[in-house]
Amino acid sequence: MLTVNRYKCGYCGACVGVCPAAALELVETWIEVNDDCTRCGRCAKICPLGALELDKEAKR
Amino acid sequence: MKCDLVVVGAGPAGSMTAKAAAEAGLDVVMMEKRQEIGDPVRCAEGVSKAALKKLVEPDPSWISAEVKGARIRAPDGTEIVISEDRAGAEVGYVLERKVFDRALAQEAAEAGAKVMVKTRALGLLTEKGVPAGVVAQFVGEELKIEAPLVIGADGVESKVGRWAGIETALKPKDVETCAQFLVQDERIDDDYCEFYLGNDIAPGGYVWSFPKGRALANVGIGILGSKADSGTPIRLLRDFMKANFPEGKVLEMMVGGVPVSGPIERTVADGVILVGDAARQSDPITGGGIINAMKAGKMAGKIAADLVPRGEVDKRSLMVYEEMWRETIGKHISRNFAVKEFFVDLTDDDLNRMIHSLDGIDVAELDLKGLLKVLVRQNPKHLLKLRHLIV
Repeated sequence: MLTVNRYKCGYCGACVGVCPAAALELVETWIEVNDDCTRCGRCAKICPLGALELDKEAKR
Repeated sequence: MKCDLVVVGAGPAGSMTAKAAAEAGLDVVMMEKRQEIGDPVRCAEGVSKAALKKLVEPDPSWISAEVKGARIRAPDGTEIVISEDRAGAEVGYVLERKVFDRALAQEAAEAGAKVMVKTRALGLLTEKGVPAGVVAQFVGEELKIEAPLVIGADGVESKVGRWAGIETALKPKDVETCAQFLVQDERIDDDYCEFYLGNDIAPGGYVWSFPKGRALANVGIGILGSKADSGTPIRLLRDFMKANFPEGKVLEMMVGGVPVSGPIERTVADGVILVGDAARQSDPITGGGIINAMKAGKMAGKIAADLVPRGEVDKRSLMVYEEMWRETIGKHISRNFAVKEFFVDLTDDDLNRMIHSLDGIDVAELDLKGLLKVLVRQNPKHLLKLRHLIV
């Protein structure tokens, strides 16, 4: 599962731009994640603040 | 609601599009998902003075500072100065985007465009399978805006293109992940933009310091996504601050992603045009996007005004825009993409050698392109791959 730490997030939308599944959306000051997320981890890799985390153990 | 043209996003690309189209007589709606246009900022705010003046009459209220030139520092500390006008004239502006973006939106409004804030596009309306406007959320309420043509000026996180079947998702190697502080420090040079290179400082990118006047500067970092890990930009920026501005006070924090993919395969679809960062038109070497976005917006607005009244908004008709931007700004973007692909993998030794090769050469009056030419001349073997690009 992808989790967004809203206390860290700078709501810049960089993660939305790299998401190959278009599963993310920036709404003013928060990031929404929908069911299309494939847990590829691109968003977490490029987050400038490290606000996104992928729980690798979790099964879909 | 019905109109001739919907513009999604009120940054420089969107506002220039809306202004150009409204001036030419179209009924334009420009929507911005934020409640405040221009804020929060995701930009180092540097722009060429000459280039900006060709597009809009600069207003003192949105210029933070004027700079005389740029300093580039190699990993070993060697510095060169470029773009330094001998007469002492300023060559660059550092903008106040919060004021600038709103001023451009105001110009669009004055030209007749309707501006809607806190209005987020949710998807495209379709008629017989063809895009025919936008479904939006206006202050929490659903709103349908019918229009024959939609302009996606929705930035790095663009959705408009993807809804229309244009693949715009950026690969990690095609995005610079960035963090920036607005810093107050007496050590800031108010007259020069500074660039710091090095694989320890900023892998596949650089650190910048762009003065904003009165010992303030945007001190930021861009790291190539493929060389980054979660949170690398903010961590390396803090390291840089500790080493270079230990007494610096941080008045603002900004983050963002900058497309450095070079031109994408296409930027038009039936009833849809992309402009600015949404079209990945930012410069892959500098990361600068304002001028290209404004130029593309102006082109798109004029073309929309020409085609919409004739009902020619299918993909084939919209190729006029595609061809126009590729023939103009696209050429620079393509070239700089190839240059970037080469530069991001250079070692610190390579970078040092390159800066040293300029020793004794007068580069002060060169711009970036001129500098690259001299570099190729001075490093024929190392830069062989770049030779065909820079002539």
